[in-house]
Amino acid sequence: MPVNSLSDGRKAWQRRNRVQTFSQWAMWLIGTAVFVYCWQHISDATTWFFVWDAPKIADDILTRAMPPRWSYIDQLWDPIWDTLNIATLGTMIALALAVPVAFLAARNTTPSALLIRPIALLIIVATRSINSLIWALLLIAIIGPGVFAGIIAIAIRSIGFCAKLLYEAIEEIDATQVEAITATGASRWQVMAYGIVPQILPSFAGTAVFRWDINIRESTVLGLVGAGGIGLQLSSSLNTLAWPQVSLILLIILVAVIVSEWVSAKVRGAII
Amino acid sequence: MLRLENLVKTYRTGDQALKGVHLEVPQGQVLALIGPSGAGKSTLIRCINRLVEPSSGKVWLGETELTTLRSGALRRERRRMGMIFQEYALVERLTVMENVLSGRLGYVGFWRSFIRRYPQSDMDEAFRLLDRVGLLDMADKRADELSGGQRQRVGICRALIQDPALLLVDEPTASLDPKTSRQIMRLICELCRERGLAAIINIHDVALAQMFVQRVIGLRTGEIAFDGSPEGLTADVLTRIYGEEDWHATIEKVEEDEAEVPA
Repeated sequence: MPVNSLSDGRKAWQRRNRVQTFSQWAMWLIGTAVFVYCWQHISDATTWFFVWDAPKIADDILTRAMPPRWSYIDQLWDPIWDTLNIATLGTMIALALAVPVAFLAARNTTPSALLIRPIALLIIVATRSINSLIWALLLIAIIGPGVFAGIIAIAIRSIGFCAKLLYEAIEEIDATQVEAITATGASRWQVMAYGIVPQILPSFAGTAVFRWDINIRESTVLGLVGAGGIGLQLSSSLNTLAWPQVSLILLIILVAVIVSEWVSAKVRGAII
Repeated sequence: MLRLENLVKTYRTGDQALKGVHLEVPQGQVLALIGPSGAGKSTLIRCINRLVEPSSGKVWLGETELTTLRSGALRRERRRMGMIFQEYALVERLTVMENVLSGRLGYVGFWRSFIRRYPQSDMDEAFRLLDRVGLLDMADKRADELSGGQRQRVGICRALIQDPALLLVDEPTASLDPKTSRQIMRLICELCRERGLAAIINIHDVALAQMFVQRVIGLRTGEIAFDGSPEGLTADVLTRIYGEEDWHATIEKVEEDEAEVPA
């Protein structure tokens, strides 16, 4: 009991009673012990010689990578364009597929909470749980290497993410606006277009640019497994230890990501 | 014109919101529905246009029985019942014009409504209504830019452009200040008179109801406890509807108000 009676009849209040205080301490004790044990375990499994060596090696690579090989940029325009296209087209396809999935998954719009909603949720979880790099590997085996595999990989990976954010937005809409449109005698589709869509439009736009932003980053590595884009140049430069090229590619990726962040911030600001 | 026969609504939680309500509303009559919170006023209104499905009983709108209609026929009947809401229930991110025109959704096809190609006659009527409620130059504003009273006027336009025979009005003034409340009530009652509409108005403000309507229904725990003219609302009657309280201040205030507003 947090509230105790004192001897003079007044009442005292404490945040925790005695049992809660002790269990709190016990949890901290156990937590610390586990942390120390794990630390020890990792330490034993580490070859510390390589770790002590690390600053020197890193310094060595950095000096080799500087300055970037600027002339190499002529060969990067095409791959960076591919990367942008993979991200943009992948996001668009994902959104087109995510919208119906979201409506089927939202508790207030699903046609059947028992049958269809679980299927929609399964699609969301399944597509989200596998990394786009792994989707790309699978798709390269199926449809061959190239930009197309990258687009599809990005699209599949993004469906779950977009659908999840969208269906949460659908579940949070103001029900009276929907009620008002229904009361006019509007059909099911009209209720959707007038009562629901305007309410979720800001979150749709936010989700779209947010995912596009993430996809630009994800598509830069897809080339590592042969799914098109600038990752291909990155992996070949790494393999040939061409450090000045690697640094230039990393710089380009950085610029692309900054630009995409800027664009998505602008779009979000304009729509909401 | 509207007839409720033994209307019962039991929610899935077991709460009985309506316990066999009988009610007949003739053409063109404006009646106020008063009663404590939880008495079933909102449920009653929503059972008429089946935003809430009644558990049993019948609802007759003219010659049509509403409770057994399938969705297509129900939509056609809903066009004849305009609804006005407490928190206005405008689609906040659409313009005033789009909100008004949404009252025509029952009449236009999906595609035309989707690309906002409403018939010219609908637009004429929308402009006429906006002019009538004094919001003509607000047509292009977004609904969330308006004040409470203005939003409720848009809500009234949306209900009227349906060309209804009956208005279902759910606490139209609960979110408005006293002056705007009166203006809105007066507007609703005037429009009903102009167009010969019947209306059921849920309202908490007894004095305001007395000022404007011809008939008052008192609802208590899902049953009709009073049905009569506004003058019949004595302290005894109010006690029967709401429970024990000193009602004299409420009733006196009404008389003063009536003296002050002869219209």
